[in-house]
Amino acid sequence: MSDQLFVKDRDVVVPGETLATGLSYIPGQYMYREGNNIIAAKVGLVSVEGKVLKLVPLASPFIPKVGDVVIGVVEDVMLMGWRFNIGGPNSAVLNVKDATNEFIGRGVDLTQYFGLGDMVFCKIVNVTSQNLIDVTMRGPGLRKLDGGRVMRINPAKVPRVIGKDGTMTKMIMDETKTDIVIGQNGVIWISGSPEGEVKAANAIRKIDENAHMSGLTQAIKRFLEGGE
Amino acid sequence: MIMGYDKRFDGRKQYEMRPMSAKVGVVPRADGSAMFQIGKTTAIAAVYGPRDLHPKFLQNPRGGLLRCHYSMMPFSGHGERVRPGQNRRAKEISRVMEASLRGVVDLNAFPNAVVDVFIELPQTDAGTRCAGICAASMALADAGLDMKDMVAAVSAGFVHDRIVADLTYEEEHYNEFAKGLKEEVHVADIPIACQVSNGEIVLLQMDGKVSAEFLAEALEVGKKACAEIGEVQRKALKERFTGGSL
Repeated sequence: MSDQLFVKDRDVVVPGETLATGLSYIPGQYMYREGNNIIAAKVGLVSVEGKVLKLVPLASPFIPKVGDVVIGVVEDVMLMGWRFNIGGPNSAVLNVKDATNEFIGRGVDLTQYFGLGDMVFCKIVNVTSQNLIDVTMRGPGLRKLDGGRVMRINPAKVPRVIGKDGTMTKMIMDETKTDIVIGQNGVIWISGSPEGEVKAANAIRKIDENAHMSGLTQAIKRFLEGGE
Repeated sequence: MIMGYDKRFDGRKQYEMRPMSAKVGVVPRADGSAMFQIGKTTAIAAVYGPRDLHPKFLQNPRGGLLRCHYSMMPFSGHGERVRPGQNRRAKEISRVMEASLRGVVDLNAFPNAVVDVFIELPQTDAGTRCAGICAASMALADAGLDMKDMVAAVSAGFVHDRIVADLTYEEEHYNEFAKGLKEEVHVADIPIACQVSNGEIVLLQMDGKVSAEFLAEALEVGKKACAEIGEVQRKALKERFTGGSL
């Protein structure tokens, strides 16, 4: 058989790079087949699982999907809801009926709930082909974010900051005694003592810079304990 | 016998390019960025977006828009101050850059949005649109956009009696230097941009006069050179996402 693999597991690949040739290999997301060749379409790490190739992007714009939890900034207050900026060109609408269980009559000034510039942790419930997005605040942990500080990282690196089953975030929260909320859109909210916030922010910055490395959890643990 | 063009001014071989270097991630504030240097020509590209597109009438509900902004810095030329900002030449070059990159970047997931690519040239010695395309292509990949391929570009050219790769300013203006000679001296500058992996041509321009045989030779030279540039681009992109400080 002339089927051949040109990459190893955990290699960094760039767009246009041929990963494998032959029809027995199966392309995953962010790659395409041209003739017999499988070609990468994004910068990322490949993983080879038998005959299946997968590509984990190392950088990506935020692409909203139903079920994503995001941190949005109120950019407009409308008659029956709010419009949030959730990163890049995307704006999401939160209707009053999805915001609270309280009864809100018509014509009430909605800024008493969320004003311009407020940050809200919410969940995407609908995305249309034209990227019109609906969000809700009904769900565990969804709330308005008061105080604290906000940082932004590349949305592709959010899974590394969360870690397996949230282990990474939990570790940072425990070590720095802060409260951290992470949106899939790469917006991270940190609240705690000033020193704790700075330490947590530095740790997250470190994860952002080294997202492609293995053994990240151990390294961050050392960073948090040693403070180097 | 007139002054022959037997030897290139900087001692390069006929098909040899100037020394190249590339670096990705040079503008931390941008969503993606890259620097590409070939000889004395340096291009820096910064990508912002996808983001909201204004004025609204430019929005396309079927997909995102790619916009390039080419600009030479005031001190970048040959001593004359280059007036910064838009001019007829910069507008045309921005357009051809857009055209050469639009085919490889997939922006269908971003209706009504725009991806802006700003290309600045701190230092120029011919081949600026080509260096700009090389930098822009790396910056777009760095921004994490879906791309079916990378784009590399180089100028091939006809000077006096032969095809050479990657012209410098002196070579582009050889006919002016050779004025006063009995024989008329021809120069043609042919910028070529190719997709790296399959060599498909995405930009081809020509300034000057050249025969069909020489044009065919220039295309071959350009394609080979683009493949070489592609290697430099790939290496720079991989360097950006490997290494680290753990």
